[in-house]
Amino acid sequence: MSQTLPLLSILTFTPLIGAIVLLFVNKNSHGVLRTVAMAVSVLTFLASIPLFLGYNGPATATGNIGGFQFLEKMPWITAGPFQMSYHVGIDGISLWLVILTTFIMPIAILSTWTAVQEKVKEYMILLLLLEVGMIGAFISLDLFLFYIYWEVMLIPMYFIIGIFGGKNKIYAAIKFFVFTMVGSLLMLVALIVLYLKAGAGDFSLLRFYELQLDPVTQTWMFLAFALAFAIKVPMFPLHTWLPDAHTEAPTAGSVILAAVMLKMGTYGFVRFAMPLFPDATARFTPLIATLAVIGIIYASLVAMVQDDVKKLVAYSSVAHLGFVMLGLFALNQQGVTGAMLQMLNHGVSTGALFLIVGFIYERRHTRQIADFGGLAKQMPVFATIFMIVTLSSIGVPGTNGFVGEVLVLLGAFQGPMRWYAIFATSGVILSAVYMLWMFQRVMFGELNNPKNQVLKDLNAREVCIMIPLVVLVFFMGLYPRPFIDSMAPSIDRMIQQSKGRNVIAAIPAPVLPQMAAPVVMPVAAPDAVAPVAPESK
Amino acid sequence: METIAMPAINFAAIMPEIILSVVAMLLLLVNVFVPTKDKAYLGYLSIIGIAVACVSAVGGWGNPQSGFGGAIIQDNFAIFFKVIYLVSSALVILISDRYMAQEECNHGELYPLILFATIGMMLMASGTDLMVIFLGLELLSVCLYVLAGFNRANIKSNEAGLKYFLLGAFSTGFLLYGMALTYGATGSTKIMAIQANVMANPSIATNPMFVIGMLLIAVGFSFKIAAAPFHMWTPDVYEGAPTPMTAFLSAGPKAAGFAAFIRVMIFAFPMLKANWTDLLWILAVLTMTVGNIIALSQDNIKRMLAYSSIAHAGYALVGFTACNAEGAAGILFYMLSYAFMNIGAFAVIILIGKKGEKNCNVSDYAGLAFKKPVLAAVFTVFLFSLAGVPPTAGFIGKFYLFSAALKSGYLWLAVIGVLNSAASVYYYLRVTVFMYMKDPTEEFDWAAATPSIALCLLVSVVATLALGIVPGTILELAQKAVQF
Repeated sequence: MSQTLPLLSILTFTPLIGAIVLLFVNKNSHGVLRTVAMAVSVLTFLASIPLFLGYNGPATATGNIGGFQFLEKMPWITAGPFQMSYHVGIDGISLWLVILTTFIMPIAILSTWTAVQEKVKEYMILLLLLEVGMIGAFISLDLFLFYIYWEVMLIPMYFIIGIFGGKNKIYAAIKFFVFTMVGSLLMLVALIVLYLKAGAGDFSLLRFYELQLDPVTQTWMFLAFALAFAIKVPMFPLHTWLPDAHTEAPTAGSVILAAVMLKMGTYGFVRFAMPLFPDATARFTPLIATLAVIGIIYASLVAMVQDDVKKLVAYSSVAHLGFVMLGLFALNQQGVTGAMLQMLNHGVSTGALFLIVGFIYERRHTRQIADFGGLAKQMPVFATIFMIVTLSSIGVPGTNGFVGEVLVLLGAFQGPMRWYAIFATSGVILSAVYMLWMFQRVMFGELNNPKNQVLKDLNAREVCIMIPLVVLVFFMGLYPRPFIDSMAPSIDRMIQQSKGRNVIAAIPAPVLPQMAAPVVMPVAAPDAVAPVAPESK
Repeated sequence: METIAMPAINFAAIMPEIILSVVAMLLLLVNVFVPTKDKAYLGYLSIIGIAVACVSAVGGWGNPQSGFGGAIIQDNFAIFFKVIYLVSSALVILISDRYMAQEECNHGELYPLILFATIGMMLMASGTDLMVIFLGLELLSVCLYVLAGFNRANIKSNEAGLKYFLLGAFSTGFLLYGMALTYGATGSTKIMAIQANVMANPSIATNPMFVIGMLLIAVGFSFKIAAAPFHMWTPDVYEGAPTPMTAFLSAGPKAAGFAAFIRVMIFAFPMLKANWTDLLWILAVLTMTVGNIIALSQDNIKRMLAYSSIAHAGYALVGFTACNAEGAAGILFYMLSYAFMNIGAFAVIILIGKKGEKNCNVSDYAGLAFKKPVLAAVFTVFLFSLAGVPPTAGFIGKFYLFSAALKSGYLWLAVIGVLNSAASVYYYLRVTVFMYMKDPTEEFDWAAATPSIALCLLVSVVATLALGIVPGTILELAQKAVQF
């Protein structure tokens, strides 16, 4: 099936066009602004569906199993020894992350319908610009382009937190920006060194995968890349920006931050830090696994003592992503698949949790657990949805969280990571503790506070936002096969690369003619090699 | 009777300078004989003159012309810098009228002075004789001393002018003495001849006269580009000078200093690379760090931008230390993009400023984004570009400079550079915090942009973003320009 439409570029720049259109809308016509933004984001989501339909993991050209598809490459900057191209493509790993992004965006925009009443224009424009950056980062195959999108993402988020946030918004926004930027800048240096070591050519990732670097260089470069990504994940002890950013951000900002932007960190590990530097990966696995487990347990313990619901959910994010990191560095089929699934699950369930917190906040303008109690009597629909999402976050069987966590723990349990898995399992119990205890204090008990006695249940719009997420919770929990199957070949390839054996016999480096118009790599015909069956089935 | 042999002059080599000189002198006369108080027309006339000079300069691309017996050369390198100077002068002229009229120092001599300063800069870029470089430097400096103190009624402006004059004269003394010593050691002031002499006797590196001469020349140029520890004049002069003149100071003369510095160091003394790159390493680190750290605590936005321009000179010095083609090309690109982003930023400052240099604190920008969204957005683009955040020209410039340093093996320099970049983000972000995240205390109704300022802002912001997203062409031109 050959593509003639540069689908990925269309996907990336549709929100940008939407943002430009919004510039011309009168800043007081809130309805028009919201509708246009909503329409653009839904359009982007619909445009991303062909990605899933068209992606063909196992059945591609010889040697390109689980490789990149929907490729587009165009020479961009040629300056002296440097050559950067606009090189994008997706594989099984980034496919679902892109779809997660385009899926969450309309939900986030819909959630701001009544929450933000001032400066609506700026808000919508910023959200759309954010989407451009996020999609671009997930699809970039040129390291320079990736870096540009990585940094560009920070700007709208900084403004969203800083303009529309809570009491401490300025501190949170600046901390977020500067903290993330420091890591990224060190990654920039590593990127340039990598390019210089690779000799003449462009910044294409596929070319760098072929490089055989000596272990010492690999160590330093891995550290530089890992620092940037570890800040983003966030891994203990670099997580301190997260509670502030999440708590102070407006609801839509928190949802997107949790659902998508945190995945950037783990995606960075999967796509760049691990496959590019396999020897360093092996060397630092104990360190990263330790930090991941500490993150899980520490964050869970801190979450338990929070009195602000949003902060509690923020710390639960750190704990969940600790599981993802653990699974990734297990470097086996189950572990990495579980990690990838957890990335998607976390997007769904924590996104949903932040939306729920947003509902409460919109009604009561407080997030303190002590201010609530017995809400279940007053808001039954809300209680039901909240319960489902809580169970998903804990990882109860039947929900998406269970599949991911079980796979991660199974993967980590094999081989030398056994003890890490044992400690991490306690994190599952802890997450049940803090989530259920919070739920009990907020929803059950006596409806004492007179302010709570007049609360209205979820209206139609809010139910509409939550339904897709709830459906996904169960769908991904009961039938994760489509996700796992499409990711499996790419995960296999990533594991091979990260283990230090570039076994993929000559990924045919796309010899693309350097033309002015975007050229799309035709996806070649299926070959006779049987697809690798995922072991977990 | 013996006649002195006249060297071949070759007017083609100095055509842009000739055009500008004629225009400047005509404008002086016009200013005297036309009795209007409003001097804006002089600005328009000077822009026309600049445009003609620019066309003449660009037309000479790829066709190096040597003139005055080898004392001047108009090669690609000179043309690139000439375009930078002409563009900066044009942008500055666009933004000066409103300010000068507001501060009531609207003397017509402003425009010819700017043009003469530009001519001085162009001589510095095309000079291949130490004396010509010195000549250009002096012409530039004298005009700048006057321009810095142009606002006669304002005591800070007087202070700025005087400080600049005293320190500038002193440093020019250093430079001249260094040139004299170099002449003594090598026997010629022509850069080609110096280079030949150095190549023929490598032992000259141990000749104390030569070494001291080289050091003193470095000191003289370091003053001009405001490298630490010779930067002390910058904050006071930048703060006190009329804001359009600050904009001019930050863009043109800095680029001119670098042009001459590159010409002398990389062209004349390349074999001695090993000797002076260590010195430059220290200079670069010191400059970046001093500039960034002190800028963190500034309240006055002009002073903050002054320290930031010190830091940016530091980044350019990183490219210098790399001492390869990419480093030099990076400096060229950086100077061009810096001119746009800095003059653009100062244009915004001019709009927000009130009579008597009031309203120049960062806190005076509170809530600007909600009263004047376009202005705030444009200012934000410039701030992010100065901070080095993609997709702006500032990022590409820094990327190129740090890559050049890494290519030459200076890993720690690049790391220090990026950490400095990260630190600088804080004070640039602070302005956006005030603009976007604080409530407005005033209506900003005096901050309506005049057409000429609007044009300057438009050109600057488009250039900043274009150089950030598609810098390939200009980077290629810069690479070509440094192939001496």
